[in-house]
Amino acid sequence: MPEIVVLSGKGGAGKTSVTAAFAALSRNAVLCDLDVDAPDLHILLAPRGSRREPFVAGHLAAIDPARCDGCGECAARCRYGAVSAADRDRFVINPAHCEGCKVCVVLCPRQAILFTPRTCGVSAVSDTRYGPFVHARLDPGAENSGRLVALLRQKAKALAKEQGRDLILADGAPGIACPVVSSITGATLAVLVTEPTPSGSHDLGRVATLCDHFKLPTAVLLNKADLNPDEAARIEDACRDAGRPIVGRLPYSPDVTAAMAARQTLTEYGGPLADALAEAWANVLNLAAAPKPQRNPF
Amino acid sequence: MAMTRAVKKGLRLAIASGKGGTGKTTVTAALASIWSQALCRPVVAVDCDVEEPNLHLFLRPVIRRAETAKLEVPMVAEAALCADCAACRELCQFGAVTVMAGKPLVFPEMCHGCGGCLAVCPTGVLVAGSRELGRIEEGATETASYLAGRLRIGEAQSPPLIRAVLARLNKVAEPGADVLIDAPPGVSCPAVTTVSGADAVLLVAEPTPFGIHDFELAVEAFTPLHKPMAVVINRSGPGTPELLALCRGHNLPVLAEIASDRTVAETYARGGLLHEAGAHYRAVCFALARSLAELPQTAREAAHA
Ligand code: SF4
Ligand code: SF4
Ligand code: SF4
Ligand code: SF4
Repeated sequence: MPEIVVLSGKGGAGKTSVTAAFAALSRNAVLCDLDVDAPDLHILLAPRGSRREPFVAGHLAAIDPARCDGCGECAARCRYGAVSAADRDRFVINPAHCEGCKVCVVLCPRQAILFTPRTCGVSAVSDTRYGPFVHARLDPGAENSGRLVALLRQKAKALAKEQGRDLILADGAPGIACPVVSSITGATLAVLVTEPTPSGSHDLGRVATLCDHFKLPTAVLLNKADLNPDEAARIEDACRDAGRPIVGRLPYSPDVTAAMAARQTLTEYGGPLADALAEAWANVLNLAAAPKPQRNPF
Repeated sequence: MAMTRAVKKGLRLAIASGKGGTGKTTVTAALASIWSQALCRPVVAVDCDVEEPNLHLFLRPVIRRAETAKLEVPMVAEAALCADCAACRELCQFGAVTVMAGKPLVFPEMCHGCGGCLAVCPTGVLVAGSRELGRIEEGATETASYLAGRLRIGEAQSPPLIRAVLARLNKVAEPGADVLIDAPPGVSCPAVTTVSGADAVLLVAEPTPFGIHDFELAVEAFTPLHKPMAVVINRSGPGTPELLALCRGHNLPVLAEIASDRTVAETYARGGLLHEAGAHYRAVCFALARSLAELPQTAREAAHA
């Protein structure tokens, strides 16, 4: 089953607005918000009937003051600066800095440190006007977002199978580290949304390199294409040279903000952007359906 | 200490947002460019958005020094010495070390560098090796010193590099210099790691439904750190009254509003700086720098009022 993930390297390029517009155009998809650090897709999809589940991952260390004799071994060993002296003979752990590495637990000579499973957020399956929606929210400051992303993708796949859906469409995680790696490994196609600004092309370069690294086919959607026509042309040339298809070009338009304020997808809002997005979506589907290009270096 | 003459400590300000694209880098770059002129104080611009560092695209610093940042990870020195006790495997919470056929096997990419396996291994099979996290670049623009981290592509964890950048900052910042830190977007581990290293936080918010939602997450995430916080509204528009009301509710001063303006978008698209978009924006940036310099004091007074 094709799994399409929309990425931009960095926020602000219009990734979520594009994903929502694609969601409105999809026929039989499971929708997914993999940006678990700062999910926004639900704002446009208005999920209802959510089935929520706590997301438990890793552990958290805590010192039992009754057993601690203040030897300071834990503070000396913790490489994350999570342990500090509360007073002369007692130490405490700051949960915001604890990585759950267990070093203090194992090395405390008095077995005074508890190590309990940590709830880091919540995941949910909901209904929307465009089909089932898998989403989550990580607690502020929590890590393990990569694992939560992997869990969401697993849920989306199971749901698609169960309900006979033929596509998974995901709003990907930002950046180039752990969460985005989790959102692309094994996907079918990445749609890279970019804009013709210095940071736009810089971020596109980094996220494209990452996708290439994981051998994930990519396509590019150029947003706000008319803001800087020279830069747009440079990006298009570079994509052509790299064999990265351009699936669409969208103009800079106040409609994006207006549609968002009306809590509508760009497709529902209509206008020139909606037409351009419909064309882009058709191109994306074609690319996702086509067998992966075989490159023979010989 | 009474011995050392008190050097006035500079302000260390993190510029953060609930999410990327709200204008964090635009604001940081503009402030870094006019800071010294507005306040007559030296300034260091730091890019802690190590996954997607963009500050250099606007500040165009001359890089004088670059070094590789490394994380200590275990390395197998002499596999034959392994006692097959499995202490390393049992301790590691990240599945980065295992024992197969009586020999330890390390997956350096998964290691968090906690040092635990090195501490418990009774035989000394495991010794300290290293993994490359990325690069730390140091340099200067015409108006500011510059420091940035750049995560190696393929590196999964950004907080270790962020910690390395902040440690470097402590070595290089001249005493009394103010520091402007472009924080990673979002409110998860990397952003919190960065903001924890600052004295005050400037949140850049956008008055759209997405922006307001992200702003609320950011306030929720950073409030427990108990730092003075203030807000800049970027691309001000129809949603601004709602955002202003939220700021009032959280007792957060709004220090500047930047209009949603095609001139600004075009200036940005050319790689230009906000204060270059016109005299009005220049005045906005200067006023913002002055109110930020007062922020810790303003916040203290607000707390006591
Ligand atoms: S190592 Fe154990 S006993 Fe020693 S200070 Fe830490 S918690 Fe207390
Ligand atoms: S579990 Fe690890 S990170 Fe947490 S306090 Fe103990 S040593 Fe520090
Ligand atoms: S240093 Fe810590 S994280 Fe790395 S392999 Fe050893 S126990 Fe695992
Ligand atoms: S802790 Fe050391 S001796 Fe024990 S299994 Fe691991 S590598 Fe071998």
